[in-house]
Amino acid sequence: MLEGLLIGLSTALSFKMLLMVVGGCLIGTFIGMLPGLGPMSIIAIMIPVAISVGDPTAALILLAGVYYGAIFGGSTSSILINAPGVAGTVATSFDGYPMARAGKAGKALTVAAIASFCGGTVGAILLMGFAPALASVALLFHSAEYFALMVVGLSAIAAFAGNGQVSKALAMTLMGLMLATIGESALFNMPRFTYGVMNLQSGIGFITLAMAMFALPEAIFLILDPSRSKSQSEQQNEIKDLRISKKEAKTIAPVIGRQSVLGFLIGVLPGAGATIASFLGYAVERNLSTKDDQKEFGNGSIKGLAAPETANNAACTGSFVPLLTLGIPGSGTTAILLGALVALNVTPGPRLMVDQPEIFWSVIVSMYIGNIVLLILNLPLIPYIAKILTVPRTYLIPFILFFTLMGVYIGQNNAVELLILIVLGILATIFRMASYPLAPLLIGFILGPMLENNFSRSVQLYDGVGFLWERPMTGALLIIAVFLVLLPSLRLWISNWKEKRKFVADGD
Amino acid sequence: MSLERSLALFFLTISIVYGYTAFFTIDASLPPFAKLSPIWPSSFPKIIAIVGILLGFILVFSKPSVAEGKEVDLKQLQKYSWRPALVLLGMMIAYALLLRPIGFIISTFSFLVVGSMVLGEKKLLWLIIIAGIAAFSIWYLVQQVLGIYLRPWPWFLSGGF
Repeated sequence: MLEGLLIGLSTALSFKMLLMVVGGCLIGTFIGMLPGLGPMSIIAIMIPVAISVGDPTAALILLAGVYYGAIFGGSTSSILINAPGVAGTVATSFDGYPMARAGKAGKALTVAAIASFCGGTVGAILLMGFAPALASVALLFHSAEYFALMVVGLSAIAAFAGNGQVSKALAMTLMGLMLATIGESALFNMPRFTYGVMNLQSGIGFITLAMAMFALPEAIFLILDPSRSKSQSEQQNEIKDLRISKKEAKTIAPVIGRQSVLGFLIGVLPGAGATIASFLGYAVERNLSTKDDQKEFGNGSIKGLAAPETANNAACTGSFVPLLTLGIPGSGTTAILLGALVALNVTPGPRLMVDQPEIFWSVIVSMYIGNIVLLILNLPLIPYIAKILTVPRTYLIPFILFFTLMGVYIGQNNAVELLILIVLGILATIFRMASYPLAPLLIGFILGPMLENNFSRSVQLYDGVGFLWERPMTGALLIIAVFLVLLPSLRLWISNWKEKRKFVADGD
Repeated sequence: MSLERSLALFFLTISIVYGYTAFFTIDASLPPFAKLSPIWPSSFPKIIAIVGILLGFILVFSKPSVAEGKEVDLKQLQKYSWRPALVLLGMMIAYALLLRPIGFIISTFSFLVVGSMVLGEKKLLWLIIIAGIAAFSIWYLVQQVLGIYLRPWPWFLSGGF
């Protein structure tokens, strides 16, 4: 491990890489602060830039910096104007905004910065231990197990989608898989599902789809609902007095300790990312507190602020574990990162650590550096950075739309791709209005080719689908997948049945 | 028909069209030697299609998940400001079609200016200055720094496509 760290340090400490970390964190913080823009849109917009950097290590470091920068920036806008830029920081606004209203904005930002820093750093340490261990197990896997593992990943994402959402999330995943089969695939050089359209021959671009699923719908919602982009007129109080007292530090220390580990573990699970980690972290800490402390939750408790902030940053780091070791993204954001890596000819997976250790280790080292950069950035500079919240929406929205178009155009150099983007973006917006989750579609799209290739390879090896039951590991994983999908509806069914019985009992 | 149900129907239709293509049209163009392989280009799509059609039926015939949330949703839909959204989407299509013929700088500049005006920006002078600077500097970045060719001016100024 020490050897790896040294490789990482020597790569990540070059001038270019440091520039990437600092640049990524800055861009992420700035854009993440803009209300209504989540990390997925920001990363999608940054991908063409990262790809033109050319070096996969630098690109991944840049995008990772943008990712945690965006989460950091999102917490700032949650605290100052109660407009979370990111779903993962909604829980931050529960206690952060009341603190800011009470004139303790500076203190709230400090607590958030420290909590994020600790969450991110502890997460990176855990990642360093976890990832190599998981990767060495994964090296034993065969393409049949990979196929099964991806099925588990996809069904876990659907299963975690929430109550009554499982079938919707599954439908979106399947649509992603369908979109992935358009064009020529790697195994069969024969166009499929192009319906005679020449531009579909090479398939739908991954950047186009990422923009259409995230950046464009978010921008359309900003136009549709003006109240989404509150601007600074709401922010009455000056940011001052950034210091926290010793007593406060003592109160939040155990919270930060617990939530870094919990957040990380939740981040590792596929489908459960920063958002779930932050809400769960908030709920757990509230339950653990004394009666008196509990009353403060929601009215500006620093525990209630530290818990989600730590958890969401630790979860962000945790979500890199399945990405880097198995090559399976657990969230929309890591799916976008995976797509970017594939575009740069890097296939994340257990072989990554053996074949290209410098990528893995320099990403970890860049996480430490990034967290320090963000801490420095967030503490003294925050009053100035917060000025970006004054950008009026009349300027913001046309620029977001323009960057969406530009990102797709630069990637493909093709005007037809822009029309595909707009059509898919409109469809995505409509699906979002009916509360269909969009991330599963992108994850399905990115995993689709890998799923098909591994499946085809296993079928060829076994001359049929015998591997499904001849390899016990594959069979077990597939049973887990089916169970995951059925579990929520089973639970719903049981609770419905109980409700009915209770109702009958009440009726008597 | 509710939005949710229409989308479920949309998904079912897509799955059926996809399934029809997978089962009946792809294999027709398969060369004979490829038919000896245990896996065909259509094998994986066939599985997806079957699962998709089953799921589509479940979605169409199951009860909508949040019965109470429905009305709130519809009210929200009426409150949205649809007009600027549709105008901006139309402008995006126009941008996509005009980007090559009239060049990057003019199309970007006018997209940014008109887009802001549609959203209610009043200070025209500032808007023109900012949009002008943005269009030029982004063109410079993309063309000179990233090295991706973007035609700056209309066809009659730079000659030919």
